[in-house]
Amino acid sequence: MTTVSFPDQTDPACHRTWRFGDVWSWGVVATALTLALPVLVIAGFVFVPATEVWLHLKETVLKDYIFTSLGLMIGVGVGVLAMGIPAAWMVSLCEFPGRRLFEWALLLPLAIPAYIIAYTYTGMLDFAGPVQTGLRELFDWSYGDYWFPEVRSLGGAVVMLTLVLYPYVYLLARAAFLEQSVCVLEVSRTLGAGPWAGFYRVAIPLARPAIITGLSLALMETLADYGTAQYFGLTTFTTGIFRTWFGLGDPAAAAQLSAILMGFVFLLILLERGSRRRARFHHTSSRYSRLPRYRLSGWRRAGALVACAIPVVFGFLLPALQLGWWAAITLDDWWHTDFLRLVWNSLGLAATAALIAVLLAVFMAYGKRMRSSFMVTAAVRLAGMGYAIPGTVIAVGVMLPFAWIDNGIDGWMREHFGVSTGLILSGTLVALVFSYCVRFLAVSLNTVEAALTKIKPSMDDAARCLGMPPRSVLARVHLPIMRGSVLTAGLLVFVDVLKELPATLILRPFNFNTLAVRAFELAGDERLAQSASAALAIVLAGILPVILLSRTISRSRPGHDTPA
Amino acid sequence: MTRLLDVQRVSVGYHGKDVVHSASFGLRKGTIGCLLGPSGCGKTTLLRAIAGFEPVSGGRIVLGDEEVSRPGWTLPPERRQVGMVFQDFALFPHLTVADNIGFGIRRWKGEAYAARVAELLEMVGLPQYGKAYPHALSGGQQQRIALARALAPRPRLMLLDEPFSSMDVELREGLAREVRGILKQENITAMLVTHDQMEAFAIADHIGVMRAGHIMQWDNAYNLYHKPSNRFVADFIGQGVILPGTVLNAREVETEMGLIPGKVPPGCTRGMGVDVLVRPDDIQHDDASPMIGEVVEKAFRGAQFLYTLRLSGGSKVLCLTPSHHDHPTGSRIGIRLDFDHLIVFPRDVCTVEPSAELPSGGAN
Repeated sequence: MTTVSFPDQTDPACHRTWRFGDVWSWGVVATALTLALPVLVIAGFVFVPATEVWLHLKETVLKDYIFTSLGLMIGVGVGVLAMGIPAAWMVSLCEFPGRRLFEWALLLPLAIPAYIIAYTYTGMLDFAGPVQTGLRELFDWSYGDYWFPEVRSLGGAVVMLTLVLYPYVYLLARAAFLEQSVCVLEVSRTLGAGPWAGFYRVAIPLARPAIITGLSLALMETLADYGTAQYFGLTTFTTGIFRTWFGLGDPAAAAQLSAILMGFVFLLILLERGSRRRARFHHTSSRYSRLPRYRLSGWRRAGALVACAIPVVFGFLLPALQLGWWAAITLDDWWHTDFLRLVWNSLGLAATAALIAVLLAVFMAYGKRMRSSFMVTAAVRLAGMGYAIPGTVIAVGVMLPFAWIDNGIDGWMREHFGVSTGLILSGTLVALVFSYCVRFLAVSLNTVEAALTKIKPSMDDAARCLGMPPRSVLARVHLPIMRGSVLTAGLLVFVDVLKELPATLILRPFNFNTLAVRAFELAGDERLAQSASAALAIVLAGILPVILLSRTISRSRPGHDTPA
Repeated sequence: MTRLLDVQRVSVGYHGKDVVHSASFGLRKGTIGCLLGPSGCGKTTLLRAIAGFEPVSGGRIVLGDEEVSRPGWTLPPERRQVGMVFQDFALFPHLTVADNIGFGIRRWKGEAYAARVAELLEMVGLPQYGKAYPHALSGGQQQRIALARALAPRPRLMLLDEPFSSMDVELREGLAREVRGILKQENITAMLVTHDQMEAFAIADHIGVMRAGHIMQWDNAYNLYHKPSNRFVADFIGQGVILPGTVLNAREVETEMGLIPGKVPPGCTRGMGVDVLVRPDDIQHDDASPMIGEVVEKAFRGAQFLYTLRLSGGSKVLCLTPSHHDHPTGSRIGIRLDFDHLIVFPRDVCTVEPSAELPSGGAN
């Protein structure tokens, strides 16, 4: 095409600079700072002098926390790479029966939170579970006669987390393989490299930045996990923070533990950002053509099938069947328990948080489009930071300042009016919704920003030429065009909130239960079957974004056969 | 008659750096102007300043009898009654074709609104497409809808930013003529930006050739081709070669091809070294002529051949012949000079300053 981009045709917004007293700029910066409050509070505790509890922790359990968390990270890291990369390679560059099915089925484990998969495998594999019982009956063994791996262990946790987190690596590696110019692979073949050599010497090095991004996302989730570690009795940072806060009653020490955990997270963020930046230089070509797949046959075909089937079967199918079975046998209990009330609480909470997160995202993304100054861009970046911070840390970071504000207001009111206001923020749903926004704003922000970027500046210009002032352009042009993306953003936050456990546990008002909390409590009481209905509801909701995701990628892949 | 659009010594810049320098031109009502230039010359920036998207850093823009831009003040685009067709058309994807066209007249009364939309759909030749969505249309159809949308509110001035650049080359000229027809029929004053001179010739009454932020010459197409006022315009418009020569007297220049008659511009004195612009149409193929050129290259153009000929002195010139004059490369053919306009520039003055005289828009 003869279209050339002129330097004078860029977005006019980028020529604007930070203007003092500008509502958009101030609004965005103020919102971002509010959302960053928990992280800033935790970071601030690095400078608070150590308490006795902290010194005690340091001498006794801190080493445990670090080693267990590191062990989990190493194990999960190796696991997700070993599971995600081969699967991605096979569905994107090989041809074998069921490839189309596996392409999206490999995403399904994303629907299951780690703590829920942990319950199902514990139910299946512990001493009283069907597997061990079956073995005992088959071989006429009794307790102590045989060795069986203990599910509730570090190794068990590694397997559980790997099974639900490998899709991050799979997803990004697959996208990277598809983006690679076929020419590069074909060149490598003309130079005498077979499929294996092409994989190791060309495809993997080219996809490395994307793979590292996927890995760092999976590791962030590993660090954020509380449910699995708690259930398996592991001493990780997240369980340690809980114990310090509730068991030892020392918020300051809990905050300091959180700060260390946050340090780990920031290393991962740096890793992710760095690899994302590198990924941009790894685009080999903008010309795509239909991928010529390696046709597999014989044992290779069987191997590919097994390598793709294992993650799907163990990461989704078995746990989902187990949950379904448990839910079916406890069907009567549903009506005795307050199941409907739980559903109502969860849905209401998730919908509220999703609505607010989307509104904030639209506001911030639009502010960034209108006033693209350094301050505003930095503020938007800051507000999107929460996705990397574990829910436990955010909860502690929300609780501390909110309690302080509550006490302040209460004291002031008592002093001046003789009225006690009690807890306005910290003991209420406000704190919970706020922490969800902190944690999940990035999810909605990314979606909305991507949609807004796709609306070319000429669209704004056209509307204005036709007599429309800027404030109406959002309502009449941008929002209608973005409707789909805004709904997607809301749905993603909605499901993430449904699945969220640790922040909800810490911040929920007294006697307020959600599906996630109930599943966690029942499982903790060894009533796994009873926990299944709540868990199953969460998993079913979790499938929605997986469907969205697989539809988006099947539509957006370049030069690739799209299913009819 | 007064000018509808008057651009007076306008400078436009980003970050304190001007990309348009003191540009001046004017358009009378009902005429079509064009800014023509290579990419990055500032033509789109100037157009966006006229639309009100970019503030001016110097000069003023007058629309009708209203000053719409001056340094420090810009009338916002939505209040200028200026229509614009964008390079990517910028049709609203969430609205039907009819709703797109009606976007600018959404406050009109029901009947008038419906009638105007129907009228425009008819005018651009797509009466049955009102209920379609933009993505279902071809590029050419989208382009016509974009034009209809911009025409709907009856703007005072229509701006078109590279409106044909995303079209297939074969379609461009036809569409350009079609658009010209519609604009003339509606008696709309319009301003177009393009880098394609054939497009500019096809649509515009007056053309400003721009380079590096300066308007080098503002004139009609014929004059730009035959009377370029500076070397850049001579080079940018049409084809041709530069031959060195010497001024003999006020009516003749001596070159390798012999004496070329014509009016030598003032300031060129006898004996002065000059460059002569030789267009392909200045060289006629004539087997009977004693002047010989050797065919170095030939390009088949359908009805014509474009030959590159080497003269005895080594210089090369271009020559257009009807295409039944098929001569192989290396053969020697007779040529004859047929200069209608002598275009002469003083030698070695390679400055790119705009012509000293103030461009006189719409004067012809």
